[in-house]
Amino acid sequence: MAEPLLSVRGLRTHFETPEGTIRAVDDLDFDVFEGRTLGVVGESGCGKSVAARSVLGIVEKPGRVVGGRILLRTHAGDTLDLAALPQDSAAYRAIRGPEIALVFQEPMASFSQYYTIGNQITEAIRLHLRLSRSAARARAIELLDMVGVPQPSRRIDEYPFQLSGGLRQRVMIAMALACDPRILIADEPTTALDVTTQAQILDLLRELQAKRGLAIILITHDMGVIAEMAHDVAVMYLGRAVETGPVADIFAAPAHPYTRALLRSIPTVLAKPRTHLPTIAGSIPMPSARPAGCAFSPRCSEVLGDVCRQTEPPAIGEGARSVRCFLHGGAP
Amino acid sequence: MITFVVRRLLLAIVTTWLISVLSFAIIQLPPGDFVDTYIAQMAASGSSVSAQAAEAMRKMYGLDRPFYVQYGKWVGRIVHGDFGESMEWRRPVLEVIGDRLWLTVLLAFAALIITWGLALPIGIYSAVRQYSIGDYLFTLVGFVGIAVPNFLLALVLMYFSFRWFGASVGGLFSAKYSLLPWSWGKVWDLMKHLPLPAVVLALGGTAQLVRIMRANLLDELRRPYVVTARAKGLTETRVVLKYPVRAALNPFASNIAYLFPFLVSGSVIISIVLGLPTVGPLLVEALISQDMFLAGSIVLLLGVLTVIGTFISDLVLMWVDPRLRQGMG
Amino acid sequence: MRLPFTRRKPAPSKAERYATATQLQLTWWRFCRHRLAVVSLIVLLLAYTAAIMADFLATTDPHQTNAATSYIEPQAIHWFDNGGFHPFVYGLKGARDMRTFKLSYKVDTSRKVYLDLFAHNYDYSLFGFRTDIHLFGLRNANRNDGIYILGTDQLGRDLWSRLAVATRVSLFIGLVGVSISLFLGVILGGVSAIYGGWIDILVQRMIEVVRSMPTIPLWLGLSAAMPSSWSVTQVYLAITIIISLLSWTDLARTVRGKFLSLREEDFVLAAELAGASQARIIFFHMLPSFTSHIIAAVSLALPAMIISETSLSFLGLGLRPPAISWGVLLQDAQNVQTLVLAPWLLTVAVPVIIVILAFNFLGDGLRDAADPYG
Repeated sequence: MAEPLLSVRGLRTHFETPEGTIRAVDDLDFDVFEGRTLGVVGESGCGKSVAARSVLGIVEKPGRVVGGRILLRTHAGDTLDLAALPQDSAAYRAIRGPEIALVFQEPMASFSQYYTIGNQITEAIRLHLRLSRSAARARAIELLDMVGVPQPSRRIDEYPFQLSGGLRQRVMIAMALACDPRILIADEPTTALDVTTQAQILDLLRELQAKRGLAIILITHDMGVIAEMAHDVAVMYLGRAVETGPVADIFAAPAHPYTRALLRSIPTVLAKPRTHLPTIAGSIPMPSARPAGCAFSPRCSEVLGDVCRQTEPPAIGEGARSVRCFLHGGAP
Repeated sequence: MITFVVRRLLLAIVTTWLISVLSFAIIQLPPGDFVDTYIAQMAASGSSVSAQAAEAMRKMYGLDRPFYVQYGKWVGRIVHGDFGESMEWRRPVLEVIGDRLWLTVLLAFAALIITWGLALPIGIYSAVRQYSIGDYLFTLVGFVGIAVPNFLLALVLMYFSFRWFGASVGGLFSAKYSLLPWSWGKVWDLMKHLPLPAVVLALGGTAQLVRIMRANLLDELRRPYVVTARAKGLTETRVVLKYPVRAALNPFASNIAYLFPFLVSGSVIISIVLGLPTVGPLLVEALISQDMFLAGSIVLLLGVLTVIGTFISDLVLMWVDPRLRQGMG
Repeated sequence: MRLPFTRRKPAPSKAERYATATQLQLTWWRFCRHRLAVVSLIVLLLAYTAAIMADFLATTDPHQTNAATSYIEPQAIHWFDNGGFHPFVYGLKGARDMRTFKLSYKVDTSRKVYLDLFAHNYDYSLFGFRTDIHLFGLRNANRNDGIYILGTDQLGRDLWSRLAVATRVSLFIGLVGVSISLFLGVILGGVSAIYGGWIDILVQRMIEVVRSMPTIPLWLGLSAAMPSSWSVTQVYLAITIIISLLSWTDLARTVRGKFLSLREEDFVLAAELAGASQARIIFFHMLPSFTSHIIAAVSLALPAMIISETSLSFLGLGLRPPAISWGVLLQDAQNVQTLVLAPWLLTVAVPVIIVILAFNFLGDGLRDAADPYG
């Protein structure tokens, strides 16, 4: 397989709170390739969004990236370690927008209500591409047209509150693509939308990926969305990837008990009526009270014994597949 | 947008009407009427008024008619610029008030500008640098500003300036100019005297607005659109000033509308302590000596000016809020 | 999106206690974490206790004038004498100024006047009992001697005793005023939120109208219009009503806002679906969940009340002598010449500022605590 565009190794993002250090992301690895979608999946609170923000360098206080490497291959062709850049440096700002862009959960809250959408789109264009006011506007109209906003030359002067939810998310995508990024991070992009609109937005993302060779990091808790969209999957539990690999392999033969449990909890049309949907026992522990050994061991139905409760399983696997579980070896 | 303006205008009219009724009630409430007072005054100066003459006067002023008729006549006279006579000064009310009204407005306006000018940057600083030393310092000063009523502040200021400099810091003019007609020199003299009382007047409101601004901005800083803006690669300063500050400005601006009445109120009381030639001392004197036409007129004029000030603030608010401009308010 | 792990959560051992606590309990726990607010609460409780016991704390009759003791400087209490604990103050002696021939009283350090605990002085009633016992008093006093901890005013009245009584008047005028405001605010705000429609519009406009009026001139006008023949109590009541008439608006807004947001909550919908009556929903489900908000709003409204009374009386248009309140006392300090002569008259400002600060801190703490799930 080709060189990854973005390669994250051993990423650690910690939050220093009065109650102690919260290890939101702890030793996370993943790779993102051109033209492919990496689905990052896990329950809420597993550190998916913090991981995305760490890559963009917009982790909020008291959080901080404390270790690991975020290797990015830029447009220019050289490789940068983003984890080594200060978050507020000009070099990092030049990455946000032209190299990596973000699309977020709630399209309403993600826009400021006080500026027209045109204003909010052209801002980044003018900043990074140094275009004139009129050229930036023309480009913004073009982008709106591309993401399927009808009458873009009129819509551009409207405020976000004048648009419907689906349109807003399209505009959001147009804004993210304004400076031709090669990586798009979509953090639960369809959670707030109804099912039909959700399908349209996912179609749009796929279409844009095909046209531009965009690499997408799709963050979601929805296995259905992963099945539909992703090429590769990283299953996260308490700040680390417990299993990664191509989507087809993982769905066909999930290796980690947590992945299996997640897959079991998807409702299917074929299931017998009035049967209980399996759920995962217990709830996700507070990251500040992380269990010793394998973090999933207290909830795991296939726990092997003290080895799981005392020793952290290493990542084992071959090629694109990797899993952190003693069921597959690696026990000391 | 037009609905908003019309609604505010109607509100202003209702408020003005209510204030006029209250002002008239203030004139009417004390026992006895204008003619009784007049007779008493004439008696005091040695001449007497016959019962018939008194009755004729009552008819002339409509004092024998019901409250609402008298109110109507009073409003009618005011529309023609006749606010009645001051008993105490024996001169038309408007003449007695003279420049004082404009000095009151000027003082309140100066305090308004200072409030804005201080509260906005301090509020932004305190929110962005939450829990920094500067934030704690401003919070502390803010609490003092809230806890010390402005007349006490003025009093303490007067005391210390008297102790340390042996001079009064009060007044709006130097002795040299106070009785002279207006000239550039006098305007300049006023400009030199204005900041101190204006700051004293502004402090309480500033402290409140800093708190409002800080709380709003802290809320706004956590919103997703701030993350969006950061993800665009803007500098942090630009992110903060363009997005969350803009949003926090809105509740801030709507508070400004209520700040003006607050400042006009405050100006009355600090004027007495600092000896400022505004309508404040005149109002208190008039009320104490039961010079009701003068007092009622001052209450009315202050009220109307406040309504105008509030209305202008509302227009400013509309100008800053696109939702109101787009007719969603 | 919120970061779920930055939220403060209690340790698992407390989790159960936390989950089963009532809202008021939660509010109280959160409040106790606010150290400044707790201190403020204690300060205020002490202040109100002192206010109730005002006459007990007073050392001389606060109304009794004495030309001889005009403008006596504050006198320290000396605690030890002859190597033992024998608190005393120095006596006063009259001396004639040889140029003006005015008799003025000075401290006489040659004569010690000893203090007694639970001494007898003027009669007063406490909780309905008449008594003449005061916390402390003088044993071997001459006519003009006194414990002038805070000095005296122009008419020779002891400022400490006057301050004690003034504190009672001013603190309780705030409470009574807030009660009236609260009553108006809850009724009007509640009605406005529950019925909506034109009633809501009417109440909303009324609030806006009241809020855009310059309050002090109106208060002044209304209180000046009170007949001078009214008794102290009548004036007291009238002033309280005048102040609260213009300050119910914030409380009404709080109540209405809370009502409206609670109406959207799932638990209210659940209660409705369960067939609860409207009154039951309001009193059993909605009111308990915003009592803490109301308490917070009240504690922020109280200082404004107290300042209003103080301002009015300060201008000579609120409570009038012989009534004693903070404003009445400060009125004596109104002019600079007097202040330079007797700067101790300004000490009255200290309790005013402390009480207002304490109410503000308390209100802030309560407001933060009022959202225990937030």
